[in-house]
Amino acid sequence: MSENQQKEYWRWKEYNWKNPEIPDWKGGLVTAGVDVGSTSSQAVICVDGQLYAYASMRTGSDSPSSALNAINWAMEGTGLTLQDINFTVGTGYGRVNVPFANKAVTEIACHARGANFMYGPSVRTLLDMGGQDCKAIHCDDKGKVTSFLMNDKCAAGTGRGMEVFANLLAVSIEDVGDMSFNVETEPDPVSSTCVVFAKTEATGLLRAGWSKEKVLAAYCSAMASRVVSLLERNGMELDFAITGGIAKNPGVVKRIEKLLGVQALTPKYDTQIAGALGGALFAKALVEKSAKVAK
Amino acid sequence: MITVGVDSGNKNTKAVVLKDGKVIGKSLILTGFDANESATKAYELALKDAGVTAADVAAVASTGVGRVEVKFAKDNVTEVGSAARGAKFLMPNVNTVIDLGAEEGRAIKLNPDGKIADFAVNEKCAAGAGSFVESMSRALQTTVEEMGPLSMKYSKEVPMNAQCVVFAESEVVSLIHQQTAKEDIARAVHDGISNRVSSMVRRVGMVDDLGLIGGPARNIGLVQSLKDDLAKDITVPEDPDYVSALGAAIYATEIA
Amino acid sequence: MIANYGYKDGSGEFYISIDTDKCTTCSEKGCLESCPGQIFEMMVDDWDDEVAAVKASERNKIKMTCAACKPTTGRPELLPCQAACKPRGITHSW
Repeated sequence: MSENQQKEYWRWKEYNWKNPEIPDWKGGLVTAGVDVGSTSSQAVICVDGQLYAYASMRTGSDSPSSALNAINWAMEGTGLTLQDINFTVGTGYGRVNVPFANKAVTEIACHARGANFMYGPSVRTLLDMGGQDCKAIHCDDKGKVTSFLMNDKCAAGTGRGMEVFANLLAVSIEDVGDMSFNVETEPDPVSSTCVVFAKTEATGLLRAGWSKEKVLAAYCSAMASRVVSLLERNGMELDFAITGGIAKNPGVVKRIEKLLGVQALTPKYDTQIAGALGGALFAKALVEKSAKVAK
Repeated sequence: MITVGVDSGNKNTKAVVLKDGKVIGKSLILTGFDANESATKAYELALKDAGVTAADVAAVASTGVGRVEVKFAKDNVTEVGSAARGAKFLMPNVNTVIDLGAEEGRAIKLNPDGKIADFAVNEKCAAGAGSFVESMSRALQTTVEEMGPLSMKYSKEVPMNAQCVVFAESEVVSLIHQQTAKEDIARAVHDGISNRVSSMVRRVGMVDDLGLIGGPARNIGLVQSLKDDLAKDITVPEDPDYVSALGAAIYATEIA
Repeated sequence: MIANYGYKDGSGEFYISIDTDKCTTCSEKGCLESCPGQIFEMMVDDWDDEVAAVKASERNKIKMTCAACKPTTGRPELLPCQAACKPRGITHSW
């Protein structure tokens, strides 16, 4: 390992959050969504369908304990215990491995639902770029999926691909976006799609005298054009929103907006929680549905 | 008549000196930043190996990804064209040629007269090329040369799901953490790439006699996985990495 | 819902699209038997409809599995899965 890799440039920060506007959960319908992704896991707790608390952290070596760690962290300081949660939906790549979940729902359905809440009912097209996958979702005004497309086969166009580049250039992933705009003229995108070949290409460009910033610009722009082709295949309609880790990278987001000629909606919350939030909302709907059946 | 073929590959540059249907000299060096410079060096080394000088050479032809950059070549021939010629020369019975390089793979179906009937190419994705095995050998903390022998000693089939070099690296690391035997992981790596390569062979329509050329053909583990996957025997010539350079040298006799 | 299963990598875009609304009207489920690679399955989706899907284990290698039905020359107008799907709900992107 080189010295550069000792510092982990590609790690996102872990954090938790509690809604100051909801003083107490007691007496309300408490539902949770836990999204165990390949790279990070999120837990969201809703009270009566309102966002109450959430946490985001790295996925550890096994899904069940990652799910538990995330929910425990989200519950921290709220006085909640697992027993107080009426219904939990597990989602994401490790959704069947959430031991305390009452039901598993696909991340596609949860993302659409979560985005519908976060951005409002006008959102039609969603792009979710996660650590190891990329999803394009088209949904209706209720947050129901009308078409989707997923890519988790190839690392290009995923957070992992960007991490490989951050590591290669010894740049913190949080700085990639801003750095990529620090160029005099926008270079042509890196021509190789494959991350392995793109890395070789980038090494050559650096050797030819390109700055790190210029190489990042070329890679961000390659990633943007790749994602746009997926969006166009799935159907692109306004309003448009971007979720997932890469949404925090303006280097990719602004280039996608430029290629599409549209603006993505600005999130009110951390976009990484979209899946877990959708899970918590699904949970609420499921509780209400079974209550109706019981009557 | 003496001709020379130069194969400017992504990883290595190879040169073969051909005299009246016999190989009399060859060389293989790493491709540097400048493809023409590497080709010149490989050319000079091969001439030296053959004990001849540039003045004795009737024609030079180039092939490979950097073929147009080889300035001293009289003409160039596509990778498919050189692979077909070289393979037919060394293995007259072969009618389907699998050519694997560091960054590409292709399957070529030949007519009885050696002409190309059909071909399929995989490029632009490292998972279907030789560099896949190389990356996995690094993840396994061994060398690419060791991958073959390791794989031959496997005892258990372990599934490898990742179809991408980047994701497969993480999968290999997690298999190591789960105490999976290195031998079994090596086999899984070769089975994975074989799967991708054999689908190309199926697309061109498999014929009876298969030949495998290119550097990765030296990897006995990969050859075994391919044989098992296609349920066919596969002929590998003695120096599989030089076959395309040889094919270019044969092409040079046609244009001399 | 249009479900696109497959991927895009350096070598191209490989997606099988299933119009799952058509699955709810289909009783034959011809896709299941017709595919030589056996890549289809029925599943209950998130809205409790029974629909066809490409098996999770197959999604990332359809280019390879489908290669057998897509020779470089002489490809049929309708692939076996498409011909067997009565409501014509299956399309391939390549």
